[in-house]
Amino acid sequence: MADKKIIEAYDPEAILEVRNLRKCFPLKKTLTGKVTQELIAVDDVSFKLKPGETLGIVGESGCGKTTLGRAILKLHQPTSGKIIFEGQDITDFKSSQMREIRKKMQIIFQDPYSSLPPRSTVGGILSEPVTVHNIVPKAEVKDYVLDLMDKCGLRDYYYERYPHEFSGGQRQRICIARALSVNPKLVICDEPVSALDVSIQAQIINLLKKLQQDMNLTYMFISHDLSVVKFISDKIGVMYLGSMVEYGTKEEIFSNPLHPYTQALFSAIPHPDPNFKMNRIILKGDIPSPANPPKGCRFHTRCPYAKDICKEVTPEYKDHGNGHCAACHLLDEQ
Amino acid sequence: MSENTKNDTKEEVVDSELPLDKNVRLMSPARMVVRRFFRSKLSIVGLIMVVGLFIFSFLGPLVYTQWGEIELDESGKTEYSVTETTYTVDGREYTVRQTTEKSLKDNFLAPPSSEHILGTDNEGYDIFVRLMYGGRISLIVSFIAVFLITILGVIMGGIAGFFGGVIDNIIMRACDILICLPGIPILLIISTILDASEIDAKYRIYLLMIYLTFISWPGTARLVRGQILSLREQEYMVAAEAMGYSTGRKIFKHLVPNVMPQLIVSMSLSLGSMILYEATLSYLNLGVKAPYAAWGTMINIISTNQDILQNHLNVWVPAGVCIVIAVLGFNFIGDGLRDALDPKARR
Repeated sequence: MADKKIIEAYDPEAILEVRNLRKCFPLKKTLTGKVTQELIAVDDVSFKLKPGETLGIVGESGCGKTTLGRAILKLHQPTSGKIIFEGQDITDFKSSQMREIRKKMQIIFQDPYSSLPPRSTVGGILSEPVTVHNIVPKAEVKDYVLDLMDKCGLRDYYYERYPHEFSGGQRQRICIARALSVNPKLVICDEPVSALDVSIQAQIINLLKKLQQDMNLTYMFISHDLSVVKFISDKIGVMYLGSMVEYGTKEEIFSNPLHPYTQALFSAIPHPDPNFKMNRIILKGDIPSPANPPKGCRFHTRCPYAKDICKEVTPEYKDHGNGHCAACHLLDEQ
Repeated sequence: MSENTKNDTKEEVVDSELPLDKNVRLMSPARMVVRRFFRSKLSIVGLIMVVGLFIFSFLGPLVYTQWGEIELDESGKTEYSVTETTYTVDGREYTVRQTTEKSLKDNFLAPPSSEHILGTDNEGYDIFVRLMYGGRISLIVSFIAVFLITILGVIMGGIAGFFGGVIDNIIMRACDILICLPGIPILLIISTILDASEIDAKYRIYLLMIYLTFISWPGTARLVRGQILSLREQEYMVAAEAMGYSTGRKIFKHLVPNVMPQLIVSMSLSLGSMILYEATLSYLNLGVKAPYAAWGTMINIISTNQDILQNHLNVWVPAGVCIVIAVLGFNFIGDGLRDALDPKARR
């Protein structure tokens, strides 16, 4: 019965479906192990992702973007909610069951310096996942890896070299090659370009776009850089203090941001023309602590349009037409 | 047409960063370590000491075959002792001179000569040859013990550090208990048991080494655990998790190789302490037993006769010097390796 329910609810077109995902980290425990205070890193996030699409997740530092990405990969066990990948509910998969799924979903990390093991060569780093998951027969591993390196713009004589011999951009290419070595379908890019300088950022983004076309990848692109997200994404989700405040297609969100937080965020995008007069919405105050989030709407402490209802009732996350979802009381009134 | 576009996109993808020249290579971490190691004079001295001892004890007996380890010099010698006794009988003095001729089978306590480079000990064994055989025992035993300690320590420390929680607690409390055990009293008991069970004198030292391993692994386990606790939070371990590697692979292929520098240093330092331990055991008559040679037993000869301690330095000083050389050598190497493996050190 329960099984049937999931099948009914599952969207066959989506490669990834996240439902009411919640991740809490315990902060304080009593002696008996009962959690008395917890940090809600991701609160009630839901979205669907179709194959070949790119979902950009934006938000300030500490809003739970990275935790969301890692919870989807089950690097953090979600507290509640569901993760449905290719029609399978993987939320409660054990680590042995996850091993098979890992081939299909991969992650690229923010820091290319700490995400490569320092004591193995590029060839070793790239061929290890291939041999572990039996992607190609043993004899063909080296050719496969060299081919992959070529695809990612790495020269073949890098094979014998160690990560410390490379610059940040080249290391990030190695990380990308490693993530793609198992032929994944979904790649979670956790701020892959924020540790790189701008000219290298462009190259890496172009590489990611090209690889997406070649290998038919689905990306979940986590970033705090709005222009990067605008360039690469099809859909955009805006996060604030652990919850998704707005979600929709790129065009919708950029042309018609509904949520006051999104409006403020987008008003802060720098403009290349120095004479351009920006209409910045300056938010007051700081982002509240996720360990002690405000009651009602999470954003009411900083929202310029906050009303009494915002302080008491949590707004519902609703579709406001064309799959453009947002959570705000102001929209309900209109 | 299609080929053309393919080439175009490829151009765009190749990085514009300064490519490393194919022929110019930065040194691999291992080569850098070797270079830094040989830059320090002290570590070269240590290496020479240790290699010298190895050659001395393993190749020495093959070259110098005049005497064997348990071969007595039976050339003997005749000792004359003269006793004079004076009697007074009826006011007249009589002196009786009595000469005793003692023919001995064994040539013991001989001074250094061309026949015995360092002389013979109180039984008539050649000291120089016994030094070589004693070195064999000391080196083999300490290597075996350190090897076992390292394996056990890495496995236990790796598991404790990686899994944490209850498993970590169990293993670490076991370590605490083992560290609390007084080593020597228990060794005395075990040694007595071994005496009673009539195990061949040659093998009892190995059994004692297994015991030493058993009480010494907690140090290594703690070291490995501490390192792994910090390493497992590194992003490349998260990447390994995301790759779906098995737990064993993550511990032994990703974490342990990164603990290796610290491990190598602690191994070379504990080699020295194991040699000391072995010498102590033999000195206390717990380790290698007569007639087999060990540096410790050779020093122990002084306890049989005060005269040897004062007048026959050639019997016990060489063994002591060997112990000092071995321990110093391993410690110099350990210190050199520690400096060479320090990632913050300059080239």
